[in-house]
Amino acid sequence: MMDLHSQSLTELKAGLDRGDFSSVGLTQALLDRIDRHGADLNAFITVMGDAALAAAKRADETRAAGGGDVLNGLPIVHKDIFCTRDVLTTCGSRMLENFISPYDATVVERLAAAGAVVLGKSNMDEFAMGSSNETSYFGPVKNPWNLECSPGGSSGGSAAAVAARLVPAATGTDTGGSIRQPAALTNTVGLKPTYGRVSRYGMIAFASSLDQAGVITRSAEDAALLLGVMAGFDERDSTSVDHPVPDYLAGLSGSLKGLRVGIVRQHFDSGLDDATGKAVREALAVLEAQGATLTEVDLPNLDYCVPTYYVVAPAECSSNMSRFDGVRFGHRAADPEDLLDLYCRSRGEGFGEEVKRRIMTGTYVLSAGYYDAYYLKAQKVRQLISDDFNKAFASVDVIAGPTTPTPAFKLGDKTDDPITMYLNDIYTIGANLAGLPAMSAPCGMVDGLPVGLHLVGPHWAEESLLRTAYQYQAQTDWHLACPEAYR
Amino acid sequence: MSLDKDQVQHIAMLARLQLADDEFAQTVEKLSRIVDFVDQLSAAPTAEVVPMAHPLNQAQRLRPDKVTETNDRDAVQKNAPSVSDGLYLVPKVLE
Repeated sequence: MMDLHSQSLTELKAGLDRGDFSSVGLTQALLDRIDRHGADLNAFITVMGDAALAAAKRADETRAAGGGDVLNGLPIVHKDIFCTRDVLTTCGSRMLENFISPYDATVVERLAAAGAVVLGKSNMDEFAMGSSNETSYFGPVKNPWNLECSPGGSSGGSAAAVAARLVPAATGTDTGGSIRQPAALTNTVGLKPTYGRVSRYGMIAFASSLDQAGVITRSAEDAALLLGVMAGFDERDSTSVDHPVPDYLAGLSGSLKGLRVGIVRQHFDSGLDDATGKAVREALAVLEAQGATLTEVDLPNLDYCVPTYYVVAPAECSSNMSRFDGVRFGHRAADPEDLLDLYCRSRGEGFGEEVKRRIMTGTYVLSAGYYDAYYLKAQKVRQLISDDFNKAFASVDVIAGPTTPTPAFKLGDKTDDPITMYLNDIYTIGANLAGLPAMSAPCGMVDGLPVGLHLVGPHWAEESLLRTAYQYQAQTDWHLACPEAYR
Repeated sequence: MSLDKDQVQHIAMLARLQLADDEFAQTVEKLSRIVDFVDQLSAAPTAEVVPMAHPLNQAQRLRPDKVTETNDRDAVQKNAPSVSDGLYLVPKVLE
């Protein structure tokens, strides 16, 4: 039998169903691996050993009694942005260093109700603001493919844990690429659903019109399995959309014959690393060989994506972060002189550099005299960007290209200049601005570092993205590659 | 530098953020770079464009005005830095 840690969620599910092993055995095996590798990678903020074993025991009992839902006994990890009842939920920040959530996020609740066993909470950029995991108060996560490299961010802990085979799947959140970019840099599958597809209730807010919960897994099939549980209307999230949830697993079958794949010329321009571009072109050729047709599409306002994002996201961030006042929960400065001092010092001490920078950028673009020039202007450009995608999707089913301009970069390489770091999300941000579903799937290696194929679809087209990735994975084995030290 | 020290000080006050001295100098420089970067938006042709209100063009959903939550004050206040008899404590506001 294959080692338990090297099996996908789908394979583990079959093994549990056959009775090859118990959930307790599986959970213990993975907890042992986390114990062995967790510190090197710094992928976890909290490991929930006892709670996980207790949940696994319950899952085994349920199964023995002939019951058990679709994820019964299967181990997962939650990004530490999801509120988990009675468990530390830090969002990677000193501000929430001691925050024990009094309730579960809807995502946490749904996965638990389906029988998932939560092994712990993964490390992340502070309040999901970052693309390298270096803004975490708990230190950067290391990339299992090269410990000197960043795993990407902000869902870097989730991506590193899945890539290093510490857990078969993890939740993540994506505001500008925070699921897809780390997935690309760690050779994992990352799916960001349509805005409104998965509930944001209990998911600590960064930029509410862009944030969306999703998954990081080892295969498109595993992503389909988890999305089926997470997706669906939730009245507790006012932006949740009541739209039918299809059977994502059933949607995986069917050939790519006739699939219209759009290619954006600017995606392959000078900003893209040559070897990364070559790997992506080879992946496109695989899709073509399976019967897909490739067509060039134009996104004329593409260059405005990153500047638009860096007005809209900080603006919403500054508003969301105003809840941290040092009064009701979160960090409070010692011996405040007065109420103003309490606010200013609690926030000054509790937030890290990048979070403060974004709060200030947002405060500036929303302030009197600048609102029209920045915020309103950005929301107009955002509409143009969204219109561009709509026009493109009139003639293609999915847009394919690179997820990132380069493979993983060294930790420390981009910390001096915020703009260099921001440009790392150049291909992924558009999907968030337009609320579109998008995913990244492993498609090659450059000097031992993974490359991701980025797929974007029209609203609610998760099924066609998952099918494209699934059929691609049926023909290729990039997604099976594992760093040597973690085999 | 598109922003000067006074402007950054003003923004920090609006945002209720105290910055350490060394942090402050860096913030002026980096914030200026971000503002310069997003300034390129001014060239975008948006004359007739209606600003986006929702990525899926959805209207805000309303719920019936009914009590649905129970009072969890004690559970919620476990996370508060300073409480007494169910009240949040802050420095004296009125003399």
